[in-house]
Amino acid sequence: MTPDLMESGARARAAYDTRIAALTQGGGFGRPVADGEVVFTQGVALYLDAVTVSFDGFKALNALSLTIDVGELRCIIGPNGAGKTTMMDCITGKTRPDSGTISFGSNIDLLRLKEPQIAGIGIGRKFQKPTVYEPLTVWQNLELSLKADRGVAASLFHRLSGEQRDRLEELLVLIHLKDEAPRTAGLLSHGQKQWLEIGMLLAQDPKLLLLDEPVAGMTDEETERTAELFLTLEGRHSLVVVEHDMSFVAALTEGRKKVTVLHEGSVLAEGLLAEVQANEKVVEVYLGR
Amino acid sequence: MDKPLGPRGWTGVLVAIVLIAVVVPVLNLLVPADSVFHLDDFYVSLAGKILCYAICALAMDLIWGYTGILSLGHGLFFALGGYAMGMYLMRQIGTDGQYRSEMPDFMVFLNWKEFPWHWALSDSFVAQMLLVVLVPGVLAFVFGWFAFRSRIKGVYFSIITQALTFAAMLLFFRNETGFGGNNGFTDFKRILGVPIDQQMKVLLFVLSGLVLVGFFLMSRFIVGSKAGRVLQAIRDAETRVMFSGYDPVKYKLAIWTLSAVMCGVAGALYVPQVGIINPGEMSPAASIEIAIWAAVGGRGTLIGPIVGAFFVNGAKSWFTVAFPEFWLFFLGALFIAVTLFLPNGLVGLWRKLMRRGKEGEA
Repeated sequence: MTPDLMESGARARAAYDTRIAALTQGGGFGRPVADGEVVFTQGVALYLDAVTVSFDGFKALNALSLTIDVGELRCIIGPNGAGKTTMMDCITGKTRPDSGTISFGSNIDLLRLKEPQIAGIGIGRKFQKPTVYEPLTVWQNLELSLKADRGVAASLFHRLSGEQRDRLEELLVLIHLKDEAPRTAGLLSHGQKQWLEIGMLLAQDPKLLLLDEPVAGMTDEETERTAELFLTLEGRHSLVVVEHDMSFVAALTEGRKKVTVLHEGSVLAEGLLAEVQANEKVVEVYLGR
Repeated sequence: MDKPLGPRGWTGVLVAIVLIAVVVPVLNLLVPADSVFHLDDFYVSLAGKILCYAICALAMDLIWGYTGILSLGHGLFFALGGYAMGMYLMRQIGTDGQYRSEMPDFMVFLNWKEFPWHWALSDSFVAQMLLVVLVPGVLAFVFGWFAFRSRIKGVYFSIITQALTFAAMLLFFRNETGFGGNNGFTDFKRILGVPIDQQMKVLLFVLSGLVLVGFFLMSRFIVGSKAGRVLQAIRDAETRVMFSGYDPVKYKLAIWTLSAVMCGVAGALYVPQVGIINPGEMSPAASIEIAIWAAVGGRGTLIGPIVGAFFVNGAKSWFTVAFPEFWLFFLGALFIAVTLFLPNGLVGLWRKLMRRGKEGEA
């Protein structure tokens, strides 16, 4: 072996070592993943592949495949019984699919985790019917949802830090419930409960938000504000919004975002709202022709 | 975290401690028997008994009132604590039993020559006191782990706990189990070598009262903490709690086990005061009564179940003398009336009246 060949070999090796060192410290590509860490570097937040769920032979989901990008706001529409809620149940661990895969980021297999763990790694869910802790105050509702150690002992001796207090104040302003903070959540109006639940979700600081009919029962003004709020979240969080209210969907998509139409447990159409609304199959499903 | 008690609450606790640790012992032991201020031994032992019941009611409130899990088997944990204490008390009899043997009378009667394996530690006070805590605690933990992990809830859970205590009762009824069969343990003579006389009984009464106050403060701390609010959240919207990232199984298991241990301690304090423990304490009816005390006093208030235990048992001791045949009818009627008209129990009624009174002034 000639000396110059050895030299160039040593140079290549040194360059390789510095590159690896830079990558593993800088947190970029090639970095080891910590336990429970979600990897979003491939730009995918949620990935469903051929997910099938059947209840007594009825296929609630039929080989459903869907991809949600990081920071994307995706609206999902579809007639009753299309499988929208079942899809959310599968993602959050409430229902186990018969087959298929669901992954969060590019490395977390959601089918291996239980509900609290799924919530813990950053998937927040809002129920169709607003679900808040009714005997607790608005403040306490948010406090319970705030990102913190979920263990028993930690909760027993938990004290709010100044920072967390500020975060709660900030959330109260965001969800327009500042004046209601000391009130019992059960006394709120339907729309306010919806807002509170959205606030509870945000307190968890999830990477992916699943919102099942978030504006059901809201007044027009509240609906408008909700749309504004979701638009500010886009980019920082990935959002999946299931909704029937077409004007709300139109406000969210702003004429440029993708909408997915579910029907009989699988994707019927995907595209811009205008395209989808013009799609013959979609019209047929909705109008029953 | 909320403060466990306000100024009025602390005053109440102080009054209770003075009443238990000073007033009752003085009136019973120091005031001569012919004085009008003398407190009869009967009332001390009755109150001591009820204090132990009140601990059970408090434990029931943590698991039922705050977490929404109705246990109909808490009598089992109470009895297990009592039996652990009873074993030690049986050994303390020494050779003063009917048969003048080192062995407890029932073992001599069964012609047993040596102690069964589970009596190995019964001579040690420390070991048996540990068992008072560990036996109910471990049983509750194992049972709860399976039940909560399998997501057994509501009436199904209640029925299983009921079956558990019933099964244990049948087991303890058998002579071969080694706990004195249906007679249980009785005829206790000493604790730590000290005879169980009136002074010892007053001491046990004071101890029961202080344990109750201690448990009450601990419970206040728990329900005022974030963990306490998670428990209430589990009671009202368990799915939401799961999707907020809390594992309800851990929280339920923790409070369930704590509740069982509290009952075990109550049982251990109860046995030397009443002088007997038998499988009757494990009967389903005994466990249901604990739930009734909590419901009558007011669930989810902590103080309510204590009040309920005193009210119901006070009424019981009067009723069973005045109208012995009608006690169970009265108890049933009371339970129905409370369920229908006083969902928040006596404490709820009291608070409502206070509020109305304040509005009247204003």
